[in-house]
Amino acid sequence: MSSYTITENEMEAIATGGAFLGTGGGGDPYIGKLMAQSAIAQHGSVKVIPPEDVPDDWLCVPVCMMGAPTVMVEKLPSGDEAGRALEQLEAFLGRKADALICIEAGGLNSTIPFAVAAATGLPLIDGDGMGRAFPELQMVSFTMQGVAATPMVITDEKGNSSVINAISNLWTERLARSQTVEMGGAALVALYPMSGAEVKKSILRNTLSLIFEIGSIITGERSENRNPAAALIERLNGKRLLTGRVVDIERKTEGGFARGQATLKGMDDDEGRTFKVNFQNEFLIALNDKDEALAVTPDLICALDADGGLPVTTEQLRYGLAITMMGLPCDAQWRTEAGIKLVGPGYFGYPQAYTPLEELPL
Amino acid sequence: MYRLGIDVGGTNTDAVIMRDREVLAGFKAATTQDVTTGVIEALEGAIGKCGVDRAQIDKVMIGTTHFTNAVIERKHINPVAAIRLGLPATACLPPMVDWPAELRTAAGDNGYLVRGGYEFDGREIAPLDEEELDRICDDINVRKTKVASISSVFSPINQEMEKTAREHLLRKCPDLSVVVSSDIGRIGLLERESAAIMNASLLALSERTVDAFASALESAGLNCAFFITQNDGTLMGAEMVKRFPVLTFASGPTNSMRGAAFLTGERDGIVVDIGGTTTDVGALQHGFPRQAATVVDIGGVRTNFRMPDVFSLGLGGGSLVRRSDDGEVTVGPQSVGFRITSEARVFGGDTLTATDVAVARGEADVGDGSRVTDLDPDTIEKAREAITMMLQRAVERSRISPEPIPVIAVGGGSILMPEKLADLDVVRPENFAVANAVGAAIAQISGEVDRIYSLENGLTRETCLKQAEEEATKKAVASGASPETIETIEREDVPLAYLPGNATRIHVKVVGEMGGSDAVAAG
Repeated sequence: MSSYTITENEMEAIATGGAFLGTGGGGDPYIGKLMAQSAIAQHGSVKVIPPEDVPDDWLCVPVCMMGAPTVMVEKLPSGDEAGRALEQLEAFLGRKADALICIEAGGLNSTIPFAVAAATGLPLIDGDGMGRAFPELQMVSFTMQGVAATPMVITDEKGNSSVINAISNLWTERLARSQTVEMGGAALVALYPMSGAEVKKSILRNTLSLIFEIGSIITGERSENRNPAAALIERLNGKRLLTGRVVDIERKTEGGFARGQATLKGMDDDEGRTFKVNFQNEFLIALNDKDEALAVTPDLICALDADGGLPVTTEQLRYGLAITMMGLPCDAQWRTEAGIKLVGPGYFGYPQAYTPLEELPL
Repeated sequence: MYRLGIDVGGTNTDAVIMRDREVLAGFKAATTQDVTTGVIEALEGAIGKCGVDRAQIDKVMIGTTHFTNAVIERKHINPVAAIRLGLPATACLPPMVDWPAELRTAAGDNGYLVRGGYEFDGREIAPLDEEELDRICDDINVRKTKVASISSVFSPINQEMEKTAREHLLRKCPDLSVVVSSDIGRIGLLERESAAIMNASLLALSERTVDAFASALESAGLNCAFFITQNDGTLMGAEMVKRFPVLTFASGPTNSMRGAAFLTGERDGIVVDIGGTTTDVGALQHGFPRQAATVVDIGGVRTNFRMPDVFSLGLGGGSLVRRSDDGEVTVGPQSVGFRITSEARVFGGDTLTATDVAVARGEADVGDGSRVTDLDPDTIEKAREAITMMLQRAVERSRISPEPIPVIAVGGGSILMPEKLADLDVVRPENFAVANAVGAAIAQISGEVDRIYSLENGLTRETCLKQAEEEATKKAVASGASPETIETIEREDVPLAYLPGNATRIHVKVVGEMGGSDAVAAG
């Protein structure tokens, strides 16, 4: 891989691919896409560089949004929050950042770093810390490789900011989460400052190129009036889990997270079958009529609208909606013991054990 | 007493006269440039057909696509002072940022950002900057702008700041018309704000159009109240439409689906509206069209209006039937459209259309059947098969359960519909050709609440839903619904992701019959 640039128009594909890898969560990338497009129009395109081209002594910083995407669609950012977070982190560390990182290649956070990269002129490294969307900030490959989330800076649009130093990445999540609520439910953060050497060790590679490619496949297939599911499954080495209509949806909020279960009645090839899908912001477990798991987190469960072919979020699920779900294998780092402990079914409170997608029934 | 329903579409203006649940007469006329002439022709046609005493018509309901078409065609759009209260938040994406350039230019491309707005929990982001509003007033007076929109962050949870700002503007610019976003939309700032700006830009047109309807009715000797249908199949008074033209967007498909529900008495089913060129397919749930889940574009602008989930396919009475060299037969999507009455075989033309196929098979009796007796039987059979397959696939897409629900065929082209589609029975109501005017005639009054609640201090989900229901009922009654007919048709809560404190977004909608009405709607 070599470096390349992302233009204003190409942000469409990034946003569509990001919505897909959001695995039902992470918020609609639309706002971040508009922010990135306006920053690119003003400052020029974003340079994306492969991790292997990053010098070991560079300072590389992930920037992202934290909090409720539902708040962000109403209270749009001022636009300088992330830049201020980055500046204050630089001031705290006493040196300038050399590159930016996308922490989450799914949902709103797949597009936000492009806006910051365009505004600061810094390159963005081709990769991320999740390879999908996850709800908490310690759920990244950086944690697995021993990179500390702090020092971290959190800012809001009003001009408030604070520096957090925590004893663990889990504590960082707790402290930052409560500040986010006080700041009005959504905040911008710069965290996990790391060296180029640490980037090469911990980042999930080429995921920005991947979401761009996924977005292009979705757009291309739709323009040919084909549902993109088949093409995506082939390209991403995935598995079709089900096609069905939502016939029941049960939601509750526990500990600040939207949990729920959708029941789907199979259609087309799955006529006569019933499925259940558990979600907590993201889709986490898909089960068949015998209650056997079809796919389990951290493997990815992605949904497309069966009619229109666009990615569907858990917040859009409603009675009667027809979707096609597919499972995709997660990054190998997530399949280790430490990975399962961090983001496996047990952490989310499900009784099922993790079994890789490839070994599960259909 | 009688009611008159009128549907002003892009091509046809239809009128029906109803007494209680009975359709007395329907009439189809061509839509005219001035709107008025077509409306008069249609309503006189319907009145003449059944011979009712027009003094006995006490309510008129009109459905129209006039305002949607204005946005799509970028016509009759006025410049707007688009004011947003939210700084320091929201600065990165100014008003109209995601509009097509030519529509933004038509609407004046004139956005203002002002300090103010609320957090999700009702705290102020910043106090309202009244000095900045003064400067904007000066600018409005200099530019002679006639309309303004105000959108505050989280105004759906608290309208106060939008109202204060409106009063402030009106003190300095007394002739200004001001639209506030909380009167129009739900959570989602850009979408709600865009709707408010579009609404403001259409105010002059809506004033003219509503007056044209009024004068058409008056010149026909109808001096009763009249109402206009909104996108969810419920009614607004004519004065409300002058203030909120955007709420009529997408009322066309809604009316035809509601009309289909009414004419058949079905509450659940698939409605297939077959026209000359296209077919719209949508699902009915509890007598109302099922709503689309994803955002809806109007003229290239993202909005969060609730619109029926309608799937369109290129099949209609005028669809071209063609046979390729290898014997394959295709139907549509090309169509002779409104020229069907001169170009189709049965009407004396020489183009083979879907209508000719239906006549040749004896399934329809229109035009001159002797002109299709010599057609190749294999082509006819294959065309019939292709039409059935297209309709069957579209119906399966919209089907919401394996239950055997009816398929309801309406629209002028519904002669193409077979007796049965796979395992589903097809119902063909009387007056199928004017189903949308019937839908307008039977529309109801609604009230809606969409807000974020914090489930703390003993406040439960059930209490909040109940509160929301009571508030929605009050709104419906205030708009003219009779309290004893109120029924809840939407009731949902979506817990807000990633936030502790159990914040939840509750959406409730109730509908009721128009007060003082002797008519009863579907079901």
